[in-house]
Amino acid sequence: MARLPKLIDGISFGLLSPEEIRKMSVTRIVTADTYDEDGYPIERGLMDPRLGVVDPGLRCRTCGMRAGECPGHFGRIELARPVIHVGYAGVIYDCLRATCRKCGRILLPEEDLDYFRRKVEDARATGGDWWDYSKEVISQASKVTECPHCGEKQLRIKLEKPTTFREEKNRLTPSDVRERLERITDSDAMLLGINPEVARPEWMVLTVLPVPPVTVRPSITLETGVRSEDDLTHKLVDVIRINQRLSENIEAGAPHLIVEDLWELLQYHVTTLFDNQVSGVPPARHRSGRTLRTLAQRLKGKEGRFRGNLSGKRVDFSARTVISPDPCISINEIGVPEYIAKILTVPVRVTKYNIEKIRNLVRRGPEVHPGANYVISPDGRRYDLRYADREELAEAIQPGFIVERHLMDGDVVLFNRQPSLHRMSIMAHEVRVMPGRTFRLNLCVCPPYNADFDGDEMNLHVPQSREAQAEARILMRVQEQILSPRFGGPIIGGIQDHITGLYMLTKRGVWLNREQAQQLLAAAGIEPHLPKPAKKEGGVEYWSGKQIFSMLLPKGLNLTYKAKICETQECARCLKENCPIDGYVVIRNGELISGVMDERSCKALSRCEVLDRIVKDYGSDEARRFLDRATRLAIAAAKMFGFTTGIADEDIPKEAREKIEEVLMDASEKVKKLIEVYERGELEQLPGRSLRETLEMRIMELLTEARDKAGEIAEKHLGLDNQAVIMARTGARGSMLNLTQMAGCVGQQSVRGERLSRGYRGRTLPHFKVGDLGPRARGFVESSYKKGLNPTEFFFHAMGGREGLVDTAVRTAQSGYMQRRLINALQDLRVEHDGTVRDDHGHIIQFEYGEDRVDPARTDLGKAVNVDKIIEKVIGVGGS
Amino acid sequence: MTGGGKSAEGEGEFDVTKHQLVPKHEVLSKEEAKEVLRRYQVKVHQLPRIKASDPVVKAIGAKVGDILKITRDSPTAGKTVAYRYVVRG
Repeated sequence: MARLPKLIDGISFGLLSPEEIRKMSVTRIVTADTYDEDGYPIERGLMDPRLGVVDPGLRCRTCGMRAGECPGHFGRIELARPVIHVGYAGVIYDCLRATCRKCGRILLPEEDLDYFRRKVEDARATGGDWWDYSKEVISQASKVTECPHCGEKQLRIKLEKPTTFREEKNRLTPSDVRERLERITDSDAMLLGINPEVARPEWMVLTVLPVPPVTVRPSITLETGVRSEDDLTHKLVDVIRINQRLSENIEAGAPHLIVEDLWELLQYHVTTLFDNQVSGVPPARHRSGRTLRTLAQRLKGKEGRFRGNLSGKRVDFSARTVISPDPCISINEIGVPEYIAKILTVPVRVTKYNIEKIRNLVRRGPEVHPGANYVISPDGRRYDLRYADREELAEAIQPGFIVERHLMDGDVVLFNRQPSLHRMSIMAHEVRVMPGRTFRLNLCVCPPYNADFDGDEMNLHVPQSREAQAEARILMRVQEQILSPRFGGPIIGGIQDHITGLYMLTKRGVWLNREQAQQLLAAAGIEPHLPKPAKKEGGVEYWSGKQIFSMLLPKGLNLTYKAKICETQECARCLKENCPIDGYVVIRNGELISGVMDERSCKALSRCEVLDRIVKDYGSDEARRFLDRATRLAIAAAKMFGFTTGIADEDIPKEAREKIEEVLMDASEKVKKLIEVYERGELEQLPGRSLRETLEMRIMELLTEARDKAGEIAEKHLGLDNQAVIMARTGARGSMLNLTQMAGCVGQQSVRGERLSRGYRGRTLPHFKVGDLGPRARGFVESSYKKGLNPTEFFFHAMGGREGLVDTAVRTAQSGYMQRRLINALQDLRVEHDGTVRDDHGHIIQFEYGEDRVDPARTDLGKAVNVDKIIEKVIGVGGS
Repeated sequence: MTGGGKSAEGEGEFDVTKHQLVPKHEVLSKEEAKEVLRRYQVKVHQLPRIKASDPVVKAIGAKVGDILKITRDSPTAGKTVAYRYVVRG
């Protein structure tokens, strides 16, 4: 039944008054029993039929609705004696301390009260936090020893956690407490931070206990037919029992002591009903010894109602498994195991156009892959194809039926990897059903998900409505996310072997015969219509690697830039096209004329000219085609030429090693001299530094220089014919620093930017003399990784390495928290059609988005326009 | 901060509007204010606020209820304009 939508005008929080509890209660609960021998609920018992229905088929005695519709109705327990509400013990304590024990007024002179009253009124008028003044009022009033209103001497009140109040030696019963709270005037309550319109102070002491409806605490029937009650019901039974005994004893005029004891027991049961983890109170237990899960436990914590059911919930139509790479599928695709595809379904409406296809799916049923799991007829009946006569059902299907068919090739799904830090952490992919048990994804989408294949798992969700599917396809598809709004460049692109592969294919002197050329093109998925061969030798036609690569480029593409490998080269003057290492890239009309493809061409998360230009000028469709083909071509090329690396790549000749040793000896000598100068007190002090700091700085300088020199020597013997160097120089993986540390010298280890100094008194390790400032004693590693570190060096290296690990751990924790806070603060902001940024109240945050209205994803790496590129495009070729 | 210093009636001794980090603030006339509200289709309370106790507000003599036009330098757009509604405080 559709109900009229209601508009929420406001929400106010307050306390339930005893009258309100009675008013909303449908019955008073008096018996602790739940069901009679015949299994029927007992009237005025905890399972009273008026409290709502949970069993299907029955109608509610109160509202007349059926099981899922009836929201349930509260009952009540009239408590024989009042009890303190644990949750408000602290507030009650504040109220008692701040008010007079006799007249109930706040223990401050009238002038002070007036002052605070004005402040509170002011804050209420402007919508401020008026209750903040209560802290001040309470702290001032609780220090007063004599009532300024009636002159009564005040006694010290203590709160014995969790619910006992004591005045000097005397115990205050909840009745005493309630009486005192009743005496607080409405205007005084305001100053204590309590709005008496919605919460009178005495309502914090319970005289009536609301009994939650049965829908809140459903009992479950086990297979054996034994009923098992909810923890809350158990707890309520305890409360009723004790309440009953208490009232009987009171009526019988039992001795004071016995009544007090029972009263305290009632307090205990009511306390644990609210919160079973109060400190100082033994948690109530089930017969088996398990602690009961009562009201507070239902809400609190990660699995609680808020974090577990409201902020986050488990969803249908989702799957999760390990991921593995598949370089052969498109970046837009995702390989889904057949096993998963048979469980996840998409609803399709039967029409006269698709009816035959769908009939076939229904006939195939839930166990054969392209099949279906359910059929829903227009009257809403659901047929499970596991049990139905499929042949008969397939015939019965008419346009208007809805069939939940298996996930099939081409369906859109959302794919996600946690932590979902940015919008590219969830992207839409097209399904490709595959054998195996893992999700398969293209390597180019690893950077946005930050995924690798060391056991990562990812989640998949199937949008069900056509709207959701269309939205996912148009807005969230992988190819639409190539440009990152973070820096205005591609975040999806080649990685690692893609870069080396393209480099090896496009470098100078790569000649391929017809067979090789066609093999590469076939691998890349290009129709092998070869261009004119670039050369003919001995009657054989040869194509250059550049020619093959050019077949991927769109016609009309013009680009001129310097490759990544050019960076480390020190040329006095750029030779442009005649660059000795082919680092000057020229692309004219989609033809790679000179230069090699490396990091600068299409690596993800970097300044990659070719891919960047293709997405921005030719659109995401063309970019996707380029990426799919280029990466496959690169891998085919790498396979054709062969690519491997090993420690032999870091071999350098003996002379070089000797030279490095010499350099290090030399540095060591220089440091020694420096220390001597320092010890003689002749060292010239740097401005703003102590003598010792000056020495440290000079030593660091010398040692860094020595390490660099050693690196340079090693680098001379590491040319572009070396596989490890190819990876480093093209930007595929690793850096030259990594290589020189392996081949030359590891260098100074540091903690907090200083040489190592802590450990033993005046030295780092007991192997050194006290006060030794030499390089070896302070963490300089002379060995290379390849040669191996000696024990002290190894230890120093571990010290430096540990700092790095700790830093990363701390950084991720801190930045994660910062990001969470930022997202919470910014999540509802949006850019309106007039270019303003507003929050959900229409408040203007920014008058113009980013002050220039520029979408960073469409910028040239953060700059709104790149004038050089525009000029180059307009006047055509040329420009420098 | 230099100069001015201790004297209790320090107002007027130091002109905040002359400081290089303080952008240009102007009080909008009735008509201009109306035009701004019309242009952005907002009520005054939807504008960013500035307290009447703000030194710049005092320096240019704006009153509660006025709308200020603030012209700032912007790293992205060169110059940018924002509006603020003067509130009590």
